[in-house]
Order: sequence, then C-alpha cells, then structure tokens
Amino acid sequence: MNVTDKDVAYVADLANLELTEEERVRMLRDLNSILEYVERLSELETGKVAPMAQVSDRYGKNNDESRQGSDRFAFAIREDVKDGLRKSLPHDAALKNAPDTDGTFFEVPKVIER
Amino acid sequence: MPALIIEHDYRDMTIDDIRSEIAEQRTTATAMARDFYTRIRREDPEIGAFLTLCEERALTQAGRIDQMAAEGLPLPPLAGVPVAIKDVMVTRGVRTTAGSKILDNFIPPYDCTAVARLEAAGAVILGKLNCDEFAMGSSTENSAYHPVHNPRDKSRVPGGSSGGSAAAVAAEMAVATLGSDTGGSIRQPASFCGVVGLKPTYGRVSRYGLIAFASSLDHIGPFAKTVKEVAVVLRTIAGRDPMDSTSAEVPVPDYVAELEKPVRGSGEALKVGVAEEYFGSGLDPEVRAAVEAAIQKLAELGCEVVPVSLPHTEYAIPTYYIVATAEASANLARYDGVRYGFRAKAANLSEMYRQTRDGGFGMEVKRRIMLGTYALSAGYYDAYYLKAQKVRTLLTRDFDEAFKKVDVIAAPTCPTPAFKLGEKVNDPLAMYLADIYTVTANLAGIPGISVPCGLNHEKLPIGLQLFGRHFDEATLLRVAHVYEQARIT
Repeated sequence: MNVTDKDVAYVADLANLELTEEERVRMLRDLNSILEYVERLSELETGKVAPMAQVSDRYGKNNDESRQGSDRFAFAIREDVKDGLRKSLPHDAALKNAPDTDGTFFEVPKVIER
Repeated sequence: MPALIIEHDYRDMTIDDIRSEIAEQRTTATAMARDFYTRIRREDPEIGAFLTLCEERALTQAGRIDQMAAEGLPLPPLAGVPVAIKDVMVTRGVRTTAGSKILDNFIPPYDCTAVARLEAAGAVILGKLNCDEFAMGSSTENSAYHPVHNPRDKSRVPGGSSGGSAAAVAAEMAVATLGSDTGGSIRQPASFCGVVGLKPTYGRVSRYGLIAFASSLDHIGPFAKTVKEVAVVLRTIAGRDPMDSTSAEVPVPDYVAELEKPVRGSGEALKVGVAEEYFGSGLDPEVRAAVEAAIQKLAELGCEVVPVSLPHTEYAIPTYYIVATAEASANLARYDGVRYGFRAKAANLSEMYRQTRDGGFGMEVKRRIMLGTYALSAGYYDAYYLKAQKVRTLLTRDFDEAFKKVDVIAAPTCPTPAFKLGEKVNDPLAMYLADIYTVTANLAGIPGISVPCGLNHEKLPIGLQLFGRHFDEATLLRVAHVYEQARIT
C-alpha cells in the first residue's frame, strides 16, 4: 500500500493541518518508509486474536473473566452524591489562558461565511 | 549561617540525608534550594535540561519545611529534597509547554497528581524540564526550545523524550526528577545518561495532569542516581487517584523496605529470565557484553537465570508506532487555538485551526498526527490500527507466558550507547528503532527499570533493563538494588 500525494492531502485535511509544499514532500517519503516497515505485521495470522485497546482491565480487581465490558471498571464509578463534589474550575481561571475572550465566552473568528 | 554551607555538601546526599540534615537544623531547605539554583545557573547553559525555573514556588515550599524544622515538627519523607518535573506534567501557576511552541504561554490552573503528591511529601520543585515536543522523540532534539546535551559527553544526546529529566539528575542539578514513558522515554534516557529510571506498571501512578500523548501507553515515573531513591519517589507518587479512572485500586507496598529482602532467602531463588530476542542483530557488542556480565553478576548473587522466549518482539516497533500515533492523533486534536495556547491570526475558524496547528506543531508531531490519522482513516483502520491492536495482544501474551516461569526479565535498555546530536534527526525510522527494547513494556503495561551496568570504551554509560510482572515493582526494584549494590562494592 503506497501513500500518494493525494492521500497526504486528504489525511492533512482530516487532521486539520495545512502543511507547506516542502513538508508534503517529506511527509510522503517518511510515511511510505514507516508504513513499509509496518507492513511486516501482515506476516502474523491474527484471525482469532482479540484486539487489545488498553491494559487496565487485566489486573487487580478488574482481572475477573466473568465480568465483561464496563463491568470490569466498576471500581472507577462512584455513587451519586448531592453535595461534596469537587468544585468546577472558576470561570476566570478557565478563561485565563484563552487567546481571545469577551470575559464570559471564548471568542473565535467567524464560523459561517455568508 | 547559609554562608557557611558549601555546595559539595549536598551533591552526594540521599533523600534521607537531606531530611535529617534539615530536621537537625544543620542546614535549611532554603539554603539547599538556593544552592541548587546557583548550580543550575552555572551548569545548565551548557546542558539545556531546564525550560522554566519556579523559584518563588520552590522557596515558599522550602520556607514551609524550614518552619516545621524550627518548630521541631516531624518532617515529611521528602522534606527539602530538590526535584524537577518533565514539562509534560501540569503545574499550577508555572508555565507548562510540553516542549511545544503551541503551549509556549500556557499557565495551567491545576497540578498534576504526581507533582502534588511530591510537594505534599515535602519535596521542593525547582523547575520544569526539557523534552521532545509532546514527548515524541528519542533524543530530545524535537524540543521546540533547544536540545539537551548529555552531561557524560556534551556532543551526544541524553536520549528522549525525558532527556532533561535524565540529564538534570546526571549533572546533579536535582536529586530526583519525574519523567514520562510512552515507549521508553524514561528508561532510554536513564541508560544514555547513566542514572536509574523506572517506568511503573500502567495504572500504578495517576496520569491526571500528564499532557496526553498516547493514553493507553503513557506512564509517569521517577529518575534518580540510585534504585533506593527511585523507590522512595515511587512510594510517594503511586496509588489510586479518583481523578484518573485507569489508576488502579492496588495497595502500594513499602518499596524501600522491600529492597532489603534477599534475592535468595530460605525458599527458592528469584528467577531472572533472559530472552534471546533482546540480543539479536543490531545490538552493539559492548552493550551486549556489559548486559551479559550484569546477568552473570545476578547469577552470582543467588538468582537463577532461566531462558525465556518472547517470540513477537520483532513486531513491537511497528505495533507501537501505529497504536501510539493513532492515539496521539486523537489526543492532539484539542490544540486548536480556541481555549489556550498559541492562536494564528486568520479570517475564519477553519483557517484559524489549520494555521494554528501548522505554526504551533513541529515536524515530528505533524508526522505522527499524519501517520495516526492515516492508520485510523476509512479503508485503513482494519489493516493498520486493528491489526496492531491484535498484535499487541500477542506481545502481551508473550510476557504472560514468560512470567509463569520467571520473576523478572533482564535485557539491554537500548541497542547502543548515546548517539551524537544530529546523527538520526533526518531519519525518523532509525530514531524509532532506538526504542526497540523498551516499547514492549508499554504495550503490555508491565513495569521496567534501567540501571547503569558499565561504560563502553568511550566512557559512555550502558543500561541494564529489567521487566517485572504487573504491579510487582517491589521485586523489580529489589533485583535492581542488589545488582547496583554489588556493582558499586
């Protein structure tokens, strides 16, 4: 599977990247070289192997085969409580790093062109 | 009084020494912090380990410790210990960049749990440490600010991505540091700089406040000069944190007390596995000789050396670079110039996103976002991402099988000693292969440690890597400690 110029442009678009002409040339070369190396994964027969997205259900209280899916993470769920929750970040602290704000909301350039 | 205190008094002090010196008022935490800052100002221009110093925060904390000592109150376990933090962990009120221009002006409103726990235990946080941008790299040359020079040989890289964390300990600019390890970023720089670095089990240390690179592979862990210091820091930062739902509800043992248990007690000897897959082509002969000598030493110390097989090891790098980049492409979508960080000026929102990300991210970060987006895109998901997730299962089973037979597995940390600055910077694949012996532990979530095991003919450090079972850091540290003691004496 060779990555083409068109693929680079398409993926850059998906990733919200623009890339300069020079970067596109380099990206084409690098992606092809890395993916050629990755190709060796196809040597392995994995038809009956379950995919593994993360490891945290494999140990401690979660390592219980009879529990499936989100049940294995029951420890991470707490009871509903009316009071005593951690306070949200104060408004001014949440806005403090914003490049542009009107004091209440984050401001961004125009979203819809008329 | 402070005028009488001379610098070399502190350099060889352990965490316990520092605490008792302060408790007995032979020195103060404030004098010690000032002394480390003097040293950083003198030494760091040639090394480049620090990105930001937080003197006000450090001296406030030091003052608090000194006040406690003056009142004769019992001091917390890390009282007055000068530490520093990789700049991928957020620190309230202290600039946190992740080594990226996109966060050049970011002042976090909260503290990372591991940082907060260190400070609550009395540690004095000196500043934030340089690293590859978003922890993506193996040499710290991808920092958007400046490279880090290896204190053992300044023409060489310190490793990465936690290059600043390893270099700061090696150059004695901090007693201990925190780093992060997604594919070897603690163990590989520890090996290159001749210090000890530990990647704990996934879930052992909370990731709350760690700027995400690849969430299923990211770990926080300590660096120090000795295994014991690493054990002290781990004991402080480990344990369940309600703010990270993947942090495990597994009790935290007293890792320091565990160090003193013999490797061969009245019962069976500890079994050290050796897998030939970690000694294949590409391994530098001097590294091989040093690691084999270290394994021989472990046998002499009473461990039983047992051959094991980890047959899927050669597939670890391709698996890692698909899983890690796929997760990174999702995690880094948040840098859009809206809520924090750099924003490019643009006429409309979509151009603003693109130009912000184009101007804010460096080449390696863009490369990984592109690779990860490609691997997740329609038509390629099954061939790349799903395939890599399945091979991840196979790699993890390799370790499950091996750990039925042995207690730890010994291997080189890296195939070579530290390479020259600039040597691999234009060849991403060659750079990725520097992680060939470390990524497996991240994919399987098992703990790994790198301990110095000698020097090559150019006096460059070599690292012995040990892997352990999930949540068995105690055994891992014990074997590392007994080896280290034997090497020193």
